[in-house]
Amino acid sequence: MSFFARFAQNRGALVGLIILLLIIAMAILAPLLFPESPWRMVQRPFLPPLSQDGFPLGTDTMGRNVASGLMHGAWVSLLIGLVSTSVALLIGVPLGAIAGYYGGIIDDILMRFTEFFQTIPNFALAIVLVAIMQPSITSIVLAIAIVSWPPVARLVRAEFMSLRNREYVEAARLVGQSNSTIILRQILPNTLSPIIVLASLMVATAILLESALSFLGLGDPNVMSWGYMIGAARTVIRQAWWLSFFPGVAILLTVLALNLVGEGLDDALNPKLSRER
Amino acid sequence: MVYARLILMRLFKAVIVLFLIVIFNFLLIQLAPGDPAAILAGEAGAADQEFLNQLRERFGLDQPMYVQLWHYVSGIAMLDFGYSYRLGVPVFDLIMDRLPATLLLTGTAFVLSLVLGIVAGSMAAARVKKPSGSLIMALALVFYATPLFWVALMSVVVFSVYLGWLPAYGLYTVGAGHTGFALVLDVAKHLVLPATTLALFFMAIYTRMTRTSMLDAAQQDYVKTARAKGLKPSIIQRRHVLRNALLPIITLAGLQAGQMVGGAILTETVFAWPGIGRLMFEALQQRDYNLLLGIFFFSAALVIVFNIITDLVYSLADPRIKKGAA
Repeated sequence: MSFFARFAQNRGALVGLIILLLIIAMAILAPLLFPESPWRMVQRPFLPPLSQDGFPLGTDTMGRNVASGLMHGAWVSLLIGLVSTSVALLIGVPLGAIAGYYGGIIDDILMRFTEFFQTIPNFALAIVLVAIMQPSITSIVLAIAIVSWPPVARLVRAEFMSLRNREYVEAARLVGQSNSTIILRQILPNTLSPIIVLASLMVATAILLESALSFLGLGDPNVMSWGYMIGAARTVIRQAWWLSFFPGVAILLTVLALNLVGEGLDDALNPKLSRER
Repeated sequence: MVYARLILMRLFKAVIVLFLIVIFNFLLIQLAPGDPAAILAGEAGAADQEFLNQLRERFGLDQPMYVQLWHYVSGIAMLDFGYSYRLGVPVFDLIMDRLPATLLLTGTAFVLSLVLGIVAGSMAAARVKKPSGSLIMALALVFYATPLFWVALMSVVVFSVYLGWLPAYGLYTVGAGHTGFALVLDVAKHLVLPATTLALFFMAIYTRMTRTSMLDAAQQDYVKTARAKGLKPSIIQRRHVLRNALLPIITLAGLQAGQMVGGAILTETVFAWPGIGRLMFEALQQRDYNLLLGIFFFSAALVIVFNIITDLVYSLADPRIKKGAA
């Protein structure tokens, strides 16, 4: 069975993929449909949804177009989710690979280091990091990456430990390949599928984290994000529930879609495992 | 004896981790852009020169790095977290004042999410190929994907603004002057929304964990034996599968519970719940960095205490561990 056929067998994954494509389309179309900055005040504030043409989701406390903010926000969420996950992989994969391949005292030291980061409450650490580095896209991406790499390191370490004594690795060693070649060319390619599955779930978690940070007022002040929209409307929730409602649905759908796609990838990449379930 | 040694070992580890976090805090202050004294005092430029000089002297910021670190670490070892510049109160007092509310909230949410999660998870495991089982897992996935703060806000809209059933803000009704049982009831009413919203996310995690763990346990030989003996499926599920599936759940639940402190920051912010999460939000808004770092240290300490408790519960629940440790 082809990769896509296995992926498509999981109907939830297909639904997730469609939602995800729609959200990517939103991000790409945002500057075309709403060329004006989402920060511009364009109408009177507190316009309810569907009450006026051009403002399908109404306006916020400052008279900004909610629909425009929602579409521009898609871009920010996806960007931060992808970049911070990539940075987390850049930290976690080498650490896990080295720990798993060499074992012994190197493994001990690296794993104590990983455990330390796992003990610290993720969200509190992210808050402190962003607050002290000052909120910006860079600091948010770094903070999310710093709190999310430990599971990657643990996964890669476990994979390396189970693969490092396989025959093809022994063969590579006999041929005289260097350790770095064996790690990069022989073992790493065989650990890719679980890493890809984990990464797709991490993008989802990163988007949730970013939205929570922006909600608390730790978003980049120059970009419109879903979390910021909800946070800014928090105090007027009694008068204007829709200001918080729509961005929240957007976050929910994006995170849900990524989780579904992750499960589908898991089915498609690890067919043996998923059939047992 | 075994327990005493176990506790001692864990405490030793905890002290090391806390020490590392203190150093981490110290490094954060150093790495941050600008004058460390200004950061300790709050937003740069907000403090007057005299106060900054005082801070410099206090933390010895004109002295070599290792002396500074020593001052900082020895201060925290004596529970001196410095002052909140904005509030003019020692950080330690502020946190101690807010801690009970957070413990009440996270404790309630933990019990709620664990009980509901185990119930939902074992129902899903028993109905593994049926639509009802899939429905439970789909719901768990939705709760898992929903931002906590958004659920909190929406529950305020529905249950507090629209239906008017439950209070949306605070720990108790201010000015009502309730005492005794009336006060307990009042606090309980205020607790419902924050605890439920905080519990939903974790319930989703525990549901998935329970299902996986039970499906694993159901593959074991003793389950086959029980089935061969002709025991009723419901009894097998309860006595053989669930009991053995619970152990990994306890471990994972303990690890996840640490993240509850993080979740509490969001729920306490929405519901104006006077705990350390809300205090953290206030510290953020006022750029009260010294208070922020103090709360960060405390939340990590809470996680560690919680992990130790989990370890103890685990060793009580599984007699095999006692043998291993002795």
